[in-house]
Amino acid sequence: MEQHELIEKVKVTCQDSIVRIEEMPNDDVLVEIKKEEILSVMDILKNDPELKFSISNHLGVDNGENYAVIYNLYSYPFKHKITVKACLDHEHPEIDSVESIFQGMNWFERETYDLLGIKFTGHSNLKRLLLPPDWEGHPLRKDYVYPDFYNQIDNRRPDLCD
Amino acid sequence: MAELVSQEMFLNMGPHHPSTHGVLRLIVQTDGEIMRRAVPDVGYLHRGIEKIAERVTYQGFMPYTDRIDYVSAFSGNLGYALTVERLAGIEVPEKAEYLRVIAAELARMGSHFIGFGAVLLDLGAVTPFVHALRERETYNDLMEMLCGARLTHNYARIGGVSHDLPEGFKEKTLKFIDHLEYEFIDEFNNLISFNSILVKRFANVGVVSAEKAIEYTLVGPNLRGSGVQFDLRRDDPYSIYDRFDFEIPVGKGKFGTVGDCYDRYWIRIQEIRESCRIIRQALEQMPEKGEIRTKIPKVFKPPKGEIYVRTECPRGEMGFYLISDGGKSPYRLKIRTGSFSAMSILEELSQGVMVADLVAIIGSFDIVAPEIDR
Amino acid sequence: MHNLASIIQSILKELFGSSPSLDLLYTFLGYLVPCLTVVTVIGMIGGILTLMERKVAGAIQNRLGPNRVGPYGSLQWIADAIKLHLKEDIIPALADKNLFRLAPYIVFVGTVLTGLVIPFGGSFIVVDLNVGLIFLIVAVSLVVIGLLMSGWASNNKWALLGGIRSAAQIVSYEIPSALALLTVILITGSFSMQKIVAEQGLFPWQWFIFYNPFTFIAFFIFGIASLAELNRVPFDFPEAESELVSGYNVEYSSMRFGFFFAAEFGNIFVTASIATAVFLGGGNIGLDPYESGIGYQLLMVLVFFAKAIPLCFVSLWVRWTLPRLRIDQMMSMCWKYLIPISFVCLTCTALWMLVFNGNGIFWRMSG
Repeated sequence: MEQHELIEKVKVTCQDSIVRIEEMPNDDVLVEIKKEEILSVMDILKNDPELKFSISNHLGVDNGENYAVIYNLYSYPFKHKITVKACLDHEHPEIDSVESIFQGMNWFERETYDLLGIKFTGHSNLKRLLLPPDWEGHPLRKDYVYPDFYNQIDNRRPDLCD
Repeated sequence: MAELVSQEMFLNMGPHHPSTHGVLRLIVQTDGEIMRRAVPDVGYLHRGIEKIAERVTYQGFMPYTDRIDYVSAFSGNLGYALTVERLAGIEVPEKAEYLRVIAAELARMGSHFIGFGAVLLDLGAVTPFVHALRERETYNDLMEMLCGARLTHNYARIGGVSHDLPEGFKEKTLKFIDHLEYEFIDEFNNLISFNSILVKRFANVGVVSAEKAIEYTLVGPNLRGSGVQFDLRRDDPYSIYDRFDFEIPVGKGKFGTVGDCYDRYWIRIQEIRESCRIIRQALEQMPEKGEIRTKIPKVFKPPKGEIYVRTECPRGEMGFYLISDGGKSPYRLKIRTGSFSAMSILEELSQGVMVADLVAIIGSFDIVAPEIDR
Repeated sequence: MHNLASIIQSILKELFGSSPSLDLLYTFLGYLVPCLTVVTVIGMIGGILTLMERKVAGAIQNRLGPNRVGPYGSLQWIADAIKLHLKEDIIPALADKNLFRLAPYIVFVGTVLTGLVIPFGGSFIVVDLNVGLIFLIVAVSLVVIGLLMSGWASNNKWALLGGIRSAAQIVSYEIPSALALLTVILITGSFSMQKIVAEQGLFPWQWFIFYNPFTFIAFFIFGIASLAELNRVPFDFPEAESELVSGYNVEYSSMRFGFFFAAEFGNIFVTASIATAVFLGGGNIGLDPYESGIGYQLLMVLVFFAKAIPLCFVSLWVRWTLPRLRIDQMMSMCWKYLIPISFVCLTCTALWMLVFNGNGIFWRMSG
């Protein structure tokens, strides 16, 4: 299936949820959806007999004015790719966890929660993954300030130019 | 008679433990030798590479990609370079493509030597590990000839590679792959691969079905071990892999169930042979003379946009999701690695196995801790 | 009495005369000298075996092995021992201190006790007990108490797991190894080590390994079982460095660790000696061990070592070639295969004795 065919197909199957759909470099298709519809869209993408997507990657982005979560999906039987994107508001970044559909997202979502502070409702074990549990803040946010101390460990570096 | 009260034991496996392949901690709940659960606690090697990417220039990030998976440093280089090139629409010269393929396949072999060597070491067989390391030594020498570095190569550049083929490299590489194809692999298999103790330890242990492998986003040799014939080099070709003739080994349940530890191990052995074939063809087809790098401006600013590029690394696909805002450095760079997803399945696989099996399972996934934590 | 102690006693009597109180002193001295010799010899052989292991490992793995101390690294083991003595002896704060201190000695004593009844060829045996072989089996099992003790006393979960593994393993593998040795007892009708050696001869067809097909199998069962008792690969579960880090001795340092180490390698030699004496004719060169001259006696010792050292080498060779089994596989191998087979060997040897009137397959058939 070519890019435009896939776009048509996705447009038909999840018409109401789509905010914007366009071509992406590297034979990819970018679908921006409403964040409330994430579970139904993922369900369609996974179970539609002509799509059969499985998940390959997940990330979160701090866009400044809002957050976005991005899911890269790949269909092993049909070899086409799709990138699903949902924008979250900046004050309370929250979205449904897709762990119930793709089990492997457990760790990916934990990582995103850890580094960006996006909450995934319905996640079975939403704890920090990479950083220590008592770490404050979410480093990949654009407004993140490096802490000077962590558990009395001095993180500051002397400015050699002074 | 009073019933004997038995208590489950919590063991702290790692962060310093000989068979956790880096700094990795597992909280193991055991009932004697039988494991109830093993919960991985990762992050000891988290260096914030993705955050660093937002602070350095596009070219300046290349050395950091060495450190994502330092066992096969060039694979990270290649994936990153490809991502930026595809976003910016940079053409790579013919010769550079060949050099990249050669280096990538050498890196794959070098990584697999450690991969199956280390899992054998975990099973108590020390000698095969040393033999595998002997071959890796030659790989290190070759990479040193090619780019001057033995571990973190930093060989790829955006738009090409850093150095041209040195004199004598071709002959030495051919000799090396001859040695591998006709001597080493057979010798190694006779020494250890068909050893009945090894087969007993590996067969039917840590079975991952094809559905579960896809569900848990397993990639690369771990996915193929479960019987899914999928290789990005063939199914979503990048660079010039479509010009070569090679096969994709798939797990067939050689001594047990499809998707057990032995299948994953056996695939890595076979991939050495396939890499040898690719290198041989690449060395034959490679043009004698030619550019090795497209000139890119010193202050390199790719256009605004998003791209997700995956490459087939020794530990599965390494994906770079790059968001560019048109500035000097990436706006957001997400690195998706094979060990990360392999690690996430461990908790489920570890239920009910023995402590010794856990070690075999970790090893058979060929996990490298820095790749999990990034 | 035919042993080294009595020989020394008679020499002393000739030199200094005899009286009841002096006799007591002679007895004491007569046993002290050979005992000290045996402790030293086993300790030294343990040390030399560590060097040999490293050299063999080097050869198998395409590298040199130790080559810095002495010519070709031949003094490395002495340097190691000195280093171990000089290291700080650390006892964990929450360990059971008395047990922790005691454990290495028990392991080491278990090893050197076996040295008392090993016939090194000729009259070189400390004491030729009439229950020699039983004594050997008992003394070897003493090791397991020490290992369990060290695992428990360390107050470390990994060490405990190692200690328990070793207890399960050694206790299980005692059975096939003892049964394998018993097949030979059926032939000789004596537990005395000297008698067992004397029943055999210089030539291979006079050895008990080739007595009948079942003793041949029993030899290999003993070999496998003793590898397990020695905690060597493929049965090195108590240590299993990639699983249990280092097992029962993980908290030990300094010479306490050294004792474990020396005992482990001493044990390799001890089991090789048992196999040599019981199955491979020991130091028997067809002459009477007590009546021959000193030259022949030394030749017997040489023959004994020429058989024992290659067996030690086999143990090292296996270690650097094979991977490790899993603990349940090892247990099932013992209980499902080795024990039944060794019982069959025992029974069939008994039947053989009955049917062929005590004649072996080669050597008594003609004569």
